[in-house]
Amino acid sequence: MRTISGTGFGSWWKQQQLHRRRSGLSLGGTVIRFVLLLIIALFFGLPLLWLVLAPTKNEDQLYNLGSISFGSWGRIGEAWDHLLGFNNAAILSWITNSIFYTLSSVILSVIIVVPVGYVLATMRFPGRGLILTLTLITMIVPASALVLPLFLELSLVGLVDTPWAVILPAAFFPFGVYLAFIYYASSLPTDLLSAAKVDGCNEWQLFQQIALPLAVPLLGLLAFLSFNANWNNFFLPFVMLNQDTMYNLPVGLATLAANTPALHPAFAQTDSPMIKGDLALVGLIMSIPVALVFIFAQRFIVSGSLAGSVKE
Amino acid sequence: MEKSAKFTGVTKPDEVTRPRKKIIRYLSAYLFSLPYLVLLLAFGVGPAIYALIISFTSYKEGQPQYFAAGLSNYSKAVSDFRFGSAIGNIAQFLIISIPVGIFGVIIIALLLHARQGWYTDFLRTLYFVPGAVAGPTAILLAIFMFDPRLSPFAPLLKAFGYQTISDVAKLQNLPVMITLIGFFSGAGGWIAIFYGALQGVSKELLEAALIDGCSALQLAIRIKLPMIYRYVVFMLILTFAGNIQLFAEPLILNDISSGNTIAGPTYSPNMLSYFLAFNEGNFGTAAVISLLMVLVGLLGAFIIIYGTKFYDTDATAAS
Repeated sequence: MRTISGTGFGSWWKQQQLHRRRSGLSLGGTVIRFVLLLIIALFFGLPLLWLVLAPTKNEDQLYNLGSISFGSWGRIGEAWDHLLGFNNAAILSWITNSIFYTLSSVILSVIIVVPVGYVLATMRFPGRGLILTLTLITMIVPASALVLPLFLELSLVGLVDTPWAVILPAAFFPFGVYLAFIYYASSLPTDLLSAAKVDGCNEWQLFQQIALPLAVPLLGLLAFLSFNANWNNFFLPFVMLNQDTMYNLPVGLATLAANTPALHPAFAQTDSPMIKGDLALVGLIMSIPVALVFIFAQRFIVSGSLAGSVKE
Repeated sequence: MEKSAKFTGVTKPDEVTRPRKKIIRYLSAYLFSLPYLVLLLAFGVGPAIYALIISFTSYKEGQPQYFAAGLSNYSKAVSDFRFGSAIGNIAQFLIISIPVGIFGVIIIALLLHARQGWYTDFLRTLYFVPGAVAGPTAILLAIFMFDPRLSPFAPLLKAFGYQTISDVAKLQNLPVMITLIGFFSGAGGWIAIFYGALQGVSKELLEAALIDGCSALQLAIRIKLPMIYRYVVFMLILTFAGNIQLFAEPLILNDISSGNTIAGPTYSPNMLSYFLAFNEGNFGTAAVISLLMVLVGLLGAFIIIYGTKFYDTDATAAS
């Protein structure tokens, strides 16, 4: 028994040494690398763990039970009740608003972005260069720089304080146009297009029967990026929306936090029972769908789907 | 497209109909682009032009008097005592957040890539997932993580001499605090992108260098780093353009840091612009500051487009 486990360990160790030498790491380098990666893992992992555990703890347990510890399942239900108690269950509207705003913007942006990317990549027409340049510029100038003039512009046409004030600007997705353009420019076989044209396909048929079916990975990437940006959007809805029943989750969470006596003693006279664990529950409700999408989407990003967009 | 035009142009009848076909092609190109062009005008170009107009406009009892202000909004912005400190604050934040972000991401990606094993995939995912905790959630979580009485990092905070959250949440600590928040939720995405780029470095090249006696460190600095240089430039510009827009973090930190409004309402240029517009009704001066932010972003855009030849649009476009 002892000898078997001994050789098992020995051969494992030998294999590790072989791997190590293949990566050019010295033994000291291996140890330093491992320790650094572990410290970084704590930096990213501990707050996540804390956030997951916080809704199970009441205020007293948060301070005294140890930061990484479990309270009780029942506390989660209590936290949810506290949240429902805020402004006639405003949280339910925030959740539906978040889903509605995000889905609308994602669907609109993808529908709008793919055809433009396609024509920019496959056709030469007057104004093409201008569209490309404006797209690159608006892609780099962050949208938040324009939020204030956008507010004034939308208030001129009476859209402020309507869902459209959030959905429409968020459907403008120049980075998506750029990705679609690069995708079609590098992956659409031009011979196939020419052949289809000889066979009498018109431009719409070309797009619908050849370009669109080829774009499935592109659609996934676009939807992921757009979903992520819009689900967490704060500045735009914060400026555009006044009624708290119209907020999305990020603005709602900021409102909750500002009305929580535990965080903001200026409101201590209010009788809100909101405590820190309740806020953590909202944070979790916001983060869990994105985390699931993230774990799924990581494959796309690491496999270099984005590589096309930044290649030489 | 030239090629295909020639190809279809072999027979005579096609040759005759070519101009008409060209018009139809242009027309379909514009039809395909139309919805996007509307959004581009409404939400990209429009607000920028509108900001320019408002910057010359004065407001009397909420009614705009277009071009009545001349340059007074500009002089008001520059002479506003909060303007200088907002610029100073944002500069301080950029000086800390950009190098930390760029070097942090490069180092972590290279460390992960130095040797692939069972735990590297797991760690990469662990670094990536906090990206899901973004915006107000990340800021709220940060307030708890910086509180020595709540935080799992309490021993570290106490080693720095901090006993309560009010010891930590001070004006001079803000740039570092916001940098850490940004790194927590933003770094993972870039690490994944850099890691993906490193996967593209040729295996033969790396093996040859190892045989020549390169250490892992030399491999990382001499071979891998130059290979992902373009991604670093890409991240640098986007991080700069994004970080200069600082708004939500100081605003929410003000609201939730135990009643100390640590940042104040005009900490960053974007906050000052918002405050001028909605608290003082001074849209003209607010527009001047918005324009300034757009200009800085434009500068970044032009550096990318013309300076680094980063987007060589016509080289990649099918022709």
